Amino acid sequence: MVRRVAVVDSDLCVGCGSCMLACNRRFAEVGYGKTAIHIRSAGGVERGFVVIVCRACKNPPCAKVCPEDALLPRDGGGVRLIPNKCIGCGYCVEACPFGAILWDEEVDKPVICTYCGYCVEYCPYGVIEMREVS
Amino acid sequence: MAVKLPVNLARVLYVDLTRKRSWVEDRRDLIEEYLGGVGLAVALAREEGVERADPLGPENGIVFAVGPFNGAYPMGSKTVAVFRSPLTGNLGESYAGGRSSLAIKFAGYQAIVIRGASESPVYVAVHEDEVKFRDASALWGMSSSETVGRVIREREPNPGFRTIMRIGLAGERLVRFACVVTETYRHFGRLGLGAVFGAKRLKALVVSGRRSLEVPDRRGYREVYDELYELSTKSNLMRKYHDLGTPMNVLPLNEIGALPTKNLKSGRFEQAEGISGEHMAENYLIRRAACSGCPVACIHLAGIREPYPHEKYFYKTTVVSYDYEPTYSLGSMLGVGDAKRLLRLIHEVERVGLDAMSTGVALAWATEALERGLVREGDTIVKLRWGDAEAYRRAISLLVEQPNDFYSALAQGVERASQIYGGSEFAMAFGGNEMPGYHTGPAAHIGFLIGGRHSHLDNAGYSYDQKRAELPDPEQVVDDLMAEEAWRMVLNSLVVCLFARGIYRPEMVSKALDPLGIRRSVEDLRELGWRIYRERMRLKVDAGFDPSRLRIPDRIFETPSPHGLISPDYVQRALEHYHQRLKDICTP
Ligand code: SF4
Repeated sequence: MVRRVAVVDSDLCVGCGSCMLACNRRFAEVGYGKTAIHIRSAGGVERGFVVIVCRACKNPPCAKVCPEDALLPRDGGGVRLIPNKCIGCGYCVEACPFGAILWDEEVDKPVICTYCGYCVEYCPYGVIEMREVS
Repeated sequence: MAVKLPVNLARVLYVDLTRKRSWVEDRRDLIEEYLGGVGLAVALAREEGVERADPLGPENGIVFAVGPFNGAYPMGSKTVAVFRSPLTGNLGESYAGGRSSLAIKFAGYQAIVIRGASESPVYVAVHEDEVKFRDASALWGMSSSETVGRVIREREPNPGFRTIMRIGLAGERLVRFACVVTETYRHFGRLGLGAVFGAKRLKALVVSGRRSLEVPDRRGYREVYDELYELSTKSNLMRKYHDLGTPMNVLPLNEIGALPTKNLKSGRFEQAEGISGEHMAENYLIRRAACSGCPVACIHLAGIREPYPHEKYFYKTTVVSYDYEPTYSLGSMLGVGDAKRLLRLIHEVERVGLDAMSTGVALAWATEALERGLVREGDTIVKLRWGDAEAYRRAISLLVEQPNDFYSALAQGVERASQIYGGSEFAMAFGGNEMPGYHTGPAAHIGFLIGGRHSHLDNAGYSYDQKRAELPDPEQVVDDLMAEEAWRMVLNSLVVCLFARGIYRPEMVSKALDPLGIRRSVEDLRELGWRIYRERMRLKVDAGFDPSRLRIPDRIFETPSPHGLISPDYVQRALEHYHQRLKDICTP
């Protein structure tokens, strides 16, 4: 069994961005450029927030469209990025129906969730958790 | 590919609205000296010559600045704006959170300077290195600042990573206390930045960014982050501001007789229960929200269900953000004790883009002036009566429209209006800025008078009053408040939320700057606070501030405070001492 980040209840989310900053801090940098989790308002703060994470699909559409096989499907669900194979075409971004792939402008490659769960440790409101891929 | 930038940014973006040009300058010189935030903004505003500018002329500059802690540490969530204020005529300084500070920082700037004025309405969109001037003629004159936000939201990229600062009709019509609304529910509220935007025909400023900035000491950075995250989420701060939010103050302040009511005729409001944080949370709270980078989430949103007038069983839900300040100014100050009515007033103020505090105080003065026959119903058009929220709602529209001399005067603030119509004894402004909601004792009012922006947050006199059973000599009060204000210059240069001041003690600030590559001892920091204080007050004095001409509304001496009746001599002595100290500090 493998694990992924799952959304418990997006209505609990306050949009603080602590999770996004944490994800970026994996590289000990300050910012949003390398974050794999994305929080935005659902069309204005009054409507609450949308929490977008990689769902670790069993049959991942991103991997299917990658012309260089730079996204390796992981046993049990999800993908792994092989950076030196990636040519930065961005097809994967378009293929993900959840919009869960953000772009790292600095290296011109996608940011792919590594399912490490670091963001979960910094969500103050229990919006996200680590869950086994079902 | 984007260039890698260091976390300690030195880039300042200049935007010239007249010539529709923009460029970036490396201002390492200023950032090394002042860190960022208010220190940097004051220095840049001085370069722009705001002290000589007509506040509503194209020569007035606006400086937005962020600092080293924005994005880097929890509760580093504020942006400062410095400009010349059309309300007081001297220095304007205002703070807002929302997404503003992280958007500016991750767009790669420590400050944005706005110069000139556009001939026709524009909005400016800054997406990292790209700066676009977009036609805003069609957005000009829209009745709701919320709709303006919605339109821009649809049109611009990078949701979640951007700030949309905009003005409403009040800013367009140059109401001197118009605000700039950011992310719908946060504001550069005080001192009239909205009117400065309006005069420049700048409808909105959108900034977005998703950069990742390099930290010199990576390991140290993560350690300090974790320590601060722990402190901000485990401390009682979280409970305090998250559960009820700032309106938790309504009942305690009312209890001690410090809640300004009906233009401060009283410090107690018989209907305080109805607008208390507890009542709001139990009956109207639908959601909490946070500024970017702040785990506390103090923003409280209420939902009010309104029926459509002509259609049976049709309703809409209006979402309103409520805080202590509008609850005081549009609630107790106007005698409005019904939560739903209060929320409608807050919503109206939000729609047109007015500062809630100034608006409430202006209307409170107008109500009393009408009561006493200084103005007539012909002037006020609507019959203003304590507690009559519907009348106040209409008066808010009239303030924006300014259909007659009376509303044109009132739109310049209560100081100006009372000079024309009389009633300055009960015109509740200090240094030209309408009062915040604290009648806790002499220190609060001394604090408003001597504070750089005449705000309760300058030096927290309200808290000084509440922490002491007996106050020391007025000279001591002034010295203590000035020292607090000088330290806050450091916090406002970082730029952290002042709710986090208990966490960001000098030792912690020094420690947290270190991994970012900024070495400053506790003594250095204290010294820096005074240096910024001095530069800022000099700029304020050069812009026309004269402490010997500060007006003290008699009302504060007539209504008992928790410290009893405030003595005019005491406050006078405080002001004399302040005047002398300011002279000493400001003379080179
Ligand atoms: S940390 Fe939690 S509350 Fe904050 S934005 Fe992320 S999911 Fe939402």
